[in-house]
Amino acid sequence: MGEPAGRGEPVHRALGLTDQEHERIVDGLGRSPNRAELAMYAAMWSEHCSYKSSKVHLRDLPTDGPQVLVGPGEDSGVVDLGEGVACAFKMESHSHPSAIEPYQGAATGVGGIVRDVLSMGARPVALLDPLRFGPLEDDRNRWLLSGVVAGIGGYGNCIGVPTVGGEVRFDPAHGPNPTVNAMCVGLVPADRVLRAGGGEPGDLLVLIGSRTGRDGIGGVSVLASRTLGRESEADRPSVQIADPFAEKLLIEACLELAEGGLLVGLQDLGGAGITCAVSETAARAGSGAELDLEAIPLREPGMEPFEILTSESQERMLAIVRPDDLAATRRICGRWGLESAVVGRLTADGALRARIGGQVVAEAPARSLTDDAPEYRRPMAVPDGLDDLVADDPTFAAPPVGPGEALVRLLGVPNVASKRWVWERYDSIVQGNTVAGSGGDAAVVRLEGSLRAIALSTDGNGRYGRLDPYLGGAHAVAEAARNVACVGARPLAVTNCLNFGSPERPEVMWTFRETVRGMADACRALGTPVTGGNVSFYNESGDSSVPPTPIVGMLGLLEDHRLRLGSALSPGMTLCLLGETFAELGGSEYSETILGTVGGRPPGLDLEREAGLVALLVEAAGRDLLGGAHDPSDGGLAVALAEAAIAGDCGFAVSLPGDLPPQVWLFSESASRAIVWLEPSAVADLESLALARDVPLARLGETGGPRMVFGEEFELAVAEAAVIYEDAIPRMFESGRLAG
Amino acid sequence: MSGARVAVVTFPGSLDDRDALRAVRLMGGEPVPVWHADADLGHADAVILPGGFSYGDHLRAGAIARFAPVMAAVAGHAERGGPVLGICNGFQILCEAGLLPGALTRNAGLAFVCRRVHVRCETAATAFTSTVEAGEVLGVPVKHGEGRFVADPETMARIEGEGRVVFRYCSPRGELGDEWNPNGATNHIAGVANDRGNVVGMMPHPEHALDPDVGPTGGQPLFESLLQFVLAEV
Amino acid sequence: MRRRFEVVVMLKPGMADPQGRTVQDALPTMGWSGVTDVRVGKHVELTVEADSEDAARELVEQIAGRLLSNPVIEDFRILSVEDVG
Repeated sequence: MGEPAGRGEPVHRALGLTDQEHERIVDGLGRSPNRAELAMYAAMWSEHCSYKSSKVHLRDLPTDGPQVLVGPGEDSGVVDLGEGVACAFKMESHSHPSAIEPYQGAATGVGGIVRDVLSMGARPVALLDPLRFGPLEDDRNRWLLSGVVAGIGGYGNCIGVPTVGGEVRFDPAHGPNPTVNAMCVGLVPADRVLRAGGGEPGDLLVLIGSRTGRDGIGGVSVLASRTLGRESEADRPSVQIADPFAEKLLIEACLELAEGGLLVGLQDLGGAGITCAVSETAARAGSGAELDLEAIPLREPGMEPFEILTSESQERMLAIVRPDDLAATRRICGRWGLESAVVGRLTADGALRARIGGQVVAEAPARSLTDDAPEYRRPMAVPDGLDDLVADDPTFAAPPVGPGEALVRLLGVPNVASKRWVWERYDSIVQGNTVAGSGGDAAVVRLEGSLRAIALSTDGNGRYGRLDPYLGGAHAVAEAARNVACVGARPLAVTNCLNFGSPERPEVMWTFRETVRGMADACRALGTPVTGGNVSFYNESGDSSVPPTPIVGMLGLLEDHRLRLGSALSPGMTLCLLGETFAELGGSEYSETILGTVGGRPPGLDLEREAGLVALLVEAAGRDLLGGAHDPSDGGLAVALAEAAIAGDCGFAVSLPGDLPPQVWLFSESASRAIVWLEPSAVADLESLALARDVPLARLGETGGPRMVFGEEFELAVAEAAVIYEDAIPRMFESGRLAG
Repeated sequence: MSGARVAVVTFPGSLDDRDALRAVRLMGGEPVPVWHADADLGHADAVILPGGFSYGDHLRAGAIARFAPVMAAVAGHAERGGPVLGICNGFQILCEAGLLPGALTRNAGLAFVCRRVHVRCETAATAFTSTVEAGEVLGVPVKHGEGRFVADPETMARIEGEGRVVFRYCSPRGELGDEWNPNGATNHIAGVANDRGNVVGMMPHPEHALDPDVGPTGGQPLFESLLQFVLAEV
Repeated sequence: MRRRFEVVVMLKPGMADPQGRTVQDALPTMGWSGVTDVRVGKHVELTVEADSEDAARELVEQIAGRLLSNPVIEDFRILSVEDVG
């Protein structure tokens, strides 16, 4: 056995464990842990791996439903799409490494989430990337954005998985703390989902893929579980280097193994490296594991046991294979040019034992590593000044400019303007099933050989969360469901990434709890259970913390992709508004950009109304009643109408109701609304459907012509708006202003 | 395309091989998957080197794939006048292997570009454009980071002079200009042919331009031309 | 005998080098002046086991000429060689 640690210097503290946690380990083991065991516990009990500060609140989230095949707790959630097809999908964060090394941080984030989906036996078919940065006027933020986008593209494009969606938003609070989340979606035959828990004593643990080096030692405990300080430059070794070519080979080899029925189980090596993969495999199978550290192919000489056990080298998978299937497994890996090595086996007792030359160098009960991390019910407190912020309602502030000028300005701010600069750097067409990519309300990806398609959207408005975290969480879910419904798809289930500051701060913990509560209520009301996700705490540096940033990834289903709705206007249609506009500019783009304030209440949310709108959109699309639809919650009606006009190069004329001041009607971001356009002859049918579902419907006007006419208030040429909208972000990157 | 056997070579890292195989099947041909280590092409009538990132594009795109064992068979097939189409990474591999002139370099904008573009067909004298009229405009997608075609002045003069430019990037109406060129390729060149017209390389993806549900359909005439060429050879 | 060769691969003179151009354009915006040209290439280290330095050098030149560089657009040169035992 190695030497016990803690002689003099508290090693456990350097690894991120508290004194109490250390005691808990000693109690569990019945002795002091040695260096390697400490490293294993530090990684497994880190916030990132154990969810110790969030678990107690996450239990609020609904996770059941007839469509859920695999809920939270495994590498990825899985939903039954019917007709023998299942969908594995999940979202993860990689914000901390991306803040230090944007390209590699983002790239390895994509790699990790792809492997999580691959672990279920699913072929990855789509990627989406929700990103949050500080304002682009700042050099550093342009450097971060271009690095992250290059990294996402550099990885995703090289592995042949189309990047079909995501969104980019800008907020000063994200300057020091960018948020980089990645969502992957995969497909697998419903009867071939690789679930955890398989495996019997004697089954072999086969490590496949890249060699193990010192990458990311302590990554989860160092980076993801502490705030960023000035020492971050020295943490550079904790950022891993991505190898998408190796990942592509891994994808093909693992799928071939799965299709050949050679896998009892498959685990990704991510946070906490092989320790996590082996302990989870063993714990879920109700067994233990023997690990031979000398059998692990190493990239560097002289690695210590603790380094081998917690290395986060990328592009590695752990396969659980019956001894009889070993030869076939190794042959397939070899054909794809991948190294494979038997590094251990499952045992009958519950211990995870790592040996070198037959000698045990680390030993701990597998369950203790995976399940015994403490659960913290951390103190919560309402943030100071929140009441004042909320009371500062901007809805009836005197507008400094007219609504026409306001719209022109809004179309040119990075939050609103076209993100084409970003998504043209991603391959969105490989695999040949992308019916609709970035630029619309949701992506639509066809199921091969079928008329059916999945619809995907990511959403999360940090501005709302700052004002009212409960509503922020609820809106994130509602908006994601609405976006999916706006392409005609029925929302099915949710993955999510919760990005927050330090859980050791009571205000953060309170906003976290409230956010989860809001998400839970919305998921229940909309019938979209949570199948998995990720919590990213410690997104702070110095004085600055991210706003509460819950990001929801919604999966929907379209029975016939030919009936999908687009968000580009075409001429000769009647424009209608479904839902109701209230006087609520709190937390809006208009409020921030034109009025220069971020106070007030976010828009209200009536979840029953939202569910009614979603059902109406799905039904109307299914009956081929609509020409198109667009969600107006991002920027309000004026922005949404302009976006639809620009996309279709087609103007419109709408009349404003007189009951609200023009800028309030045009720019409030009221929820549970959709603008739709349809043949005049179909309007009566839509009106009956809307009436039956108790969804308010108002005719706004007609589409056609080269201008956007907003009643008597103002007009704007579509072509002029298009130039502003398309050029805003590219202009910030013009040559000579190299980002980094 | 009945009876036309079209091989699609998979290198480690090839991505659009499945799409090319599907395209051959959609257009009525018999797709023949070929592994980079195979010695022969499975009695194929034609060969497609597909898009992707063979060997991760390490060193240079296509630099390592051109030494794959199967490339000897590809070269032999080309030598005998057999049709060979290099798409994107496939084009890069053919240039590295010397089966086509010039080279593909990093996009002028230094970023990967995925976009629907138009190309103008410059010649019907190839195995893949015989049913296309010179001057005809086709809608196709591009997705690449190293698609800028270059060659030394002598080679460029020869390519142009001998009518071996097959496609140029253009506007939807066929006009040439920098604003229609996604990568800065010299003379807006999107595809070239060898002297006999049986080997063609192109950066755009015709295999992703067949199905109106997911994109433009400018790839259809290329596969139709291939069918005619193969049947004529029989 | 093992020797480490350092090989540099550069685009041929006169070839457009957008990477180099971009770096060059960015330098003044970062406060560095006086740089009149930037070209970006590749540096490759090969550790070769051979009986003589001539044999090793010949091997490196073959590899560099056929694989590490594309003679259509790139030149290579051997920068240095060092015994590494």
